[in-house]
Amino acid sequence: MKTDDLIHLLAQDSQPVRPLSRALKLALVVALAMPFAILILTVGLRPNIAEAIYWPRVEAKIGITFLAAVVSCLLVFRIGRPGVSVRFTARGLGLPVALLAVAIVVELFVLPSGEWPSRLIGKHAAFCVTFIPVLAAIPLLSFLWALKEGAPDNPAFAGAAAGLAAGSIAASFYAWHCPDDSPLFLATWYGLAILGMVVIGALAGRRILVW
Amino acid sequence: MRSALLGDAAAYQRFLGDVAPHLRASARRGCNRYGLPSADAEDVVQEVLLAVHLKRGSWDINRPIGPWLSVILRHKLIDQLRRRGRSVSVPIEDVAELIGTEENGEAEDLRDAERLVGKLKDSQQEIVRSISLEGKDVRETAERLQMSEGAVRVSLHRALKALAGFYRASLDERGEQ
Repeated sequence: MKTDDLIHLLAQDSQPVRPLSRALKLALVVALAMPFAILILTVGLRPNIAEAIYWPRVEAKIGITFLAAVVSCLLVFRIGRPGVSVRFTARGLGLPVALLAVAIVVELFVLPSGEWPSRLIGKHAAFCVTFIPVLAAIPLLSFLWALKEGAPDNPAFAGAAAGLAAGSIAASFYAWHCPDDSPLFLATWYGLAILGMVVIGALAGRRILVW
Repeated sequence: MRSALLGDAAAYQRFLGDVAPHLRASARRGCNRYGLPSADAEDVVQEVLLAVHLKRGSWDINRPIGPWLSVILRHKLIDQLRRRGRSVSVPIEDVAELIGTEENGEAEDLRDAERLVGKLKDSQQEIVRSISLEGKDVRETAERLQMSEGAVRVSLHRALKALAGFYRASLDERGEQ
């Protein structure tokens, strides 16, 4: 076969394509709606959310997870496009991490050291590390589905970004239910759950996002 | 390319035809630079064209198309190097400077494509050969095979996706050796 024949062949398959951006927007809608619905229909918000929302620890928890979700979603929106740099966005992930570090330092200052272990372990660690992945499963699938339309230079990295976005979205919803408010808890158990999603995403990406 | 994305087959064919010589020049230089036989260049060109086709939804029409093409070319050049059992990184500058140059010379036959088409399902092979070798279009092919145009389109699209899949598979086989 000559290249000209191939070109003729490709041109005959010239149906309009769905732009990657549209697939990603659709995936984002699903990735936001599903965890929200699951959270509301199962465990719900914490009963005292109306007052808790003004506590600094709760604000830090909600703010940091929200920021992580926003930045990681921006990353997912850029990573499947050849020629679009993701370096700047990837560096942006340092922002929620830095805020978390600040929150941890403040927490360590205001809490007597005797209370550190109990705050870190919290009351619902096991539920947290299982429920965040439950909330993140559908978002991960929908992001991976959308990224299949893209052409990520590094499929494992793109899958990891999808896992990070899914995990962060799940965490930012779960934060409205979770009664454990210490940044120590946030860093440990939320961090573990999100990390798990990143690993799953990377492994999946390496398989299904190659092109 | 913009009108091609809206389904204009003629514009699309012109675009691919215009871009192929640039890709070929870049692929040849890339192959020379990394010590691949120059015959590999045409395989790279053809894989890039297939990727451009299947991934054209990932080009943002508000951005210049050059960088998008450069990255796809680099990606496929690296794939070809891995097939040859080599692991190198290709700086984007190496291919970016090349897009925009053009080299004369006839396109050679695509050995890989021919072999991989042979792995398609019979019905898909028939459609692919009718269109590519005999230069028919979808309507003529549909008439000859007594299928609906829609069925030919669907089958053609699946065949192209399958071809891309065969390339990936050939990468895994050789990568594991």
